[in-house]
Amino acid sequence: MTLLTTKQSLPGSHNITRVELENGIVVLVYENYAAQSVVLTGSLRAGSQFESPEQNGLASLTASMLLRGTEHYDFDAINEALESVGADLDVGGAIHRTNFSGKALAEDLPLLIDLLAEALRRPTFPADHVDRLRGEIMTFLQIRQQDTRYRAGRAFYETLYPDTHPYHYSTRGTLTTLPTLTVDDLRAFQQKYYGPHGMQIVISGAIKAADAVEIVRARFEDWRNDDQPELPPVPAVDLPPRTRRVDVALAGKTQSDIVLGVLGPSRFSPDFQAAQLVNSVLGQFGMMGRIGATVREKLGLAYYAYSSVDGGYAPSPWSVSAGVNPANVDLAVARISDELKRLIDEPVSESDLSDNQSYFTGRLPLQLESNEGIAGAILNMEIYQLGLDYLVNYKDTIMRLTSADLLAAARKYLHPDRLVIAVAGPAGN
Amino acid sequence: MSTVTRHVLDNGMVILLKEVHNAPLVSWWVLYRVGSRNEPTGKTGVSHWVEHMMFKGTDAFPPGSLDKAIDRMGGSWNAQTFLDYTAYYETLPSEHVDLALRIEADRMVNAKFDPEEVDSERTVIISERQGAENSPMFWLGEELQAAAFRVHGYHHEVIGDMTDLETMTRDDLFGHYKQYYMPNNAIGVAVGSFNSAEMLEKINAVYGKLPAGEPIKAFVRPEPPQMGERRVSLERPSGSAFIQLGYHAPSAKDPDWFTMELINSLLCGPDGMGGGGIDNKTSRLYKALVNTELAASVDGSMIATVDPFLYLISLTVRDGVDPQTVLTALDAEIDRLRAGDVTEAELNRAKKQARALFAYSTERVTTQAFWLAFAESFDSYEWFENYVSRLEAVTLEQVKAAAAKYLRPQNRTVGVLIPSNGDGGDMGYDHEDTELEGEE
Repeated sequence: MTLLTTKQSLPGSHNITRVELENGIVVLVYENYAAQSVVLTGSLRAGSQFESPEQNGLASLTASMLLRGTEHYDFDAINEALESVGADLDVGGAIHRTNFSGKALAEDLPLLIDLLAEALRRPTFPADHVDRLRGEIMTFLQIRQQDTRYRAGRAFYETLYPDTHPYHYSTRGTLTTLPTLTVDDLRAFQQKYYGPHGMQIVISGAIKAADAVEIVRARFEDWRNDDQPELPPVPAVDLPPRTRRVDVALAGKTQSDIVLGVLGPSRFSPDFQAAQLVNSVLGQFGMMGRIGATVREKLGLAYYAYSSVDGGYAPSPWSVSAGVNPANVDLAVARISDELKRLIDEPVSESDLSDNQSYFTGRLPLQLESNEGIAGAILNMEIYQLGLDYLVNYKDTIMRLTSADLLAAARKYLHPDRLVIAVAGPAGN
Repeated sequence: MSTVTRHVLDNGMVILLKEVHNAPLVSWWVLYRVGSRNEPTGKTGVSHWVEHMMFKGTDAFPPGSLDKAIDRMGGSWNAQTFLDYTAYYETLPSEHVDLALRIEADRMVNAKFDPEEVDSERTVIISERQGAENSPMFWLGEELQAAAFRVHGYHHEVIGDMTDLETMTRDDLFGHYKQYYMPNNAIGVAVGSFNSAEMLEKINAVYGKLPAGEPIKAFVRPEPPQMGERRVSLERPSGSAFIQLGYHAPSAKDPDWFTMELINSLLCGPDGMGGGGIDNKTSRLYKALVNTELAASVDGSMIATVDPFLYLISLTVRDGVDPQTVLTALDAEIDRLRAGDVTEAELNRAKKQARALFAYSTERVTTQAFWLAFAESFDSYEWFENYVSRLEAVTLEQVKAAAAKYLRPQNRTVGVLIPSNGDGGDMGYDHEDTELEGEE
């Protein structure tokens, strides 16, 4: 039984088993007997950052094809093995990394790791499945072309990041690039970029740590790829000199979706936590923060209105999202912009600061209640080099921040006169 | 053996308690036995709108104060309105559970329904509906339900019809609140790290003094039997064609419900229970429709309801495929099942899947408390406790009988959404550099 009441019972160096295999794979295990299940998550260094704009979607299609056929299992055998025991395993391509996650009854962990090893190490990319999957993805891309939230988000990224930057592109690819990707392209991508360097596997659940490590070791320790490239640096990017707005018009829509924002910190940035606290004041705490209070509660303009700081490998968006009636777009944008200005004009009050500090530190038990929550937190600690005692020290880290720290972060990142604003909704507004 | 204890307070409020000591948390739910099925024409959406108004303050807790109080404690709270119920919850660190108990007791009787707040929330609710309307599948689902239910309250969406959202008054909302929000129409559930005897004492101290109301006369109109297949078709701007089928299905109390849950698992893959789902690539319809490149996805759901609702199958038609071709292939699979082509091995596999999904759902106290409250509302909490064993007891003969009984074309409504936009739906980008109001 795990009681997360004291520092000692949070996941930390004292109860997370961390083993680095000879080939570089880092295995992290947390024993949790609260349910009969086990969760695994992890990633390897093979994202869309390695693909060219002409081959946009290559990393993602490669990842999505891995569970469609391997040397020892065909498509039906993989899915029969997983689904017949109620297990789940997914692999998906992101920008810097390819991520995987799975879930099973604890007794079926060996099966999950078997299939993961097959998928990552020995995929066969059967041609008929490549075409089938490509067709499914293209159908979904066409559906998304009609989705105002998706289109506002895409327009935001495409305007904030130039086409020389990996964040400009959707990892899924486009209706133009997907048809050009061949089986040979997928195979070559997997062979070049997939490998043990920079790979992590995290397991949380009803299993002994030593047993879990051995299950992973037996299936992965002999994996080698000596030519695996390092992640290339991400180009620097600057905000537009003045606010830039993009409108996307779609037929048959009754609501407009807005995404507006600036460049926020990377997860490695020393002021990331300060920016997170400012963001909480802006569009999270107490039902979507100051933006929720103005746009939703006071003006009744929107069903949803909130802000987020993404904090990835490189400087990532700090954005506000809202869905409003088309007639209210300009008013909502103006009020949101006012709230951004307020954060750089006046320091956050001591009571706002202490409210948000309690929110951040108090929600740990809820975030760490499930195996997914625990495994995700441990993976973040590893990927972003936060140290295994990050959660144990988290309260001290948050409580040390002052309103001057928050003001500095707000002034560094928030530039209300240099926003990118993307709006997708009905034509004619 | 069940670890849930059930109690009934003097005022009729049902209380369920389950100790779970994995994390220092408690989830407290209060569920009212009222949902969109109880709404007459002219007041569709009233249950959901009342749910929003319950967050608009009382004398004890002014608007906005609780959002902050709960966040400060590191908790979460929310509410949901469904066909048959409206439910509220707080999940908090255990030492703060008293606040959760006070919040729900207070707003059971003291919600203000300030006219200005009602007006401001009207636009929020309309915005919620408009957000849903941006998805073509919302329109298809709404049309399908309306065609499948001519009389019963299940014929409209939980969000309500736009015309009612525009015209309902503060008194309509307040009347609904006064009619249905009372301890004798409520189920309270606590799951988490506490001592049951102490928790019951606390609950009784806060809720026991609330007065019972008049016995509920809920608005319900039974649906007459369907006498032949119904079809609806829609044309909307959309990125692809969609198909949805709704077969009239048994209520959750009917033993056939569990059989239909397994039939759904065979056809479309198992339903998740709030702890994460699994893929459905070995399901019959995935193999028959997605593997054959007719559809891009298939999904099915058996929803537990008080009155007989629908077994729903939803399909995304693959680009360039005629929806009728998909329907023909689908019917071949349904016919195969109706003819009794199911094996014991297939059924056992579906049962093991259910065991796993049930285990996933027990990881979080919030999910467990929801299921206990939900099950108690349409049958008994034991419905959830015995979910796996009830599925395990289903026989091959029962599956064949239920398939023959429910999956008849005469018992279904078929909905098809055809894209109307061609290439004209996307009007492209319009870039401009702009200055915001009040700048420079």
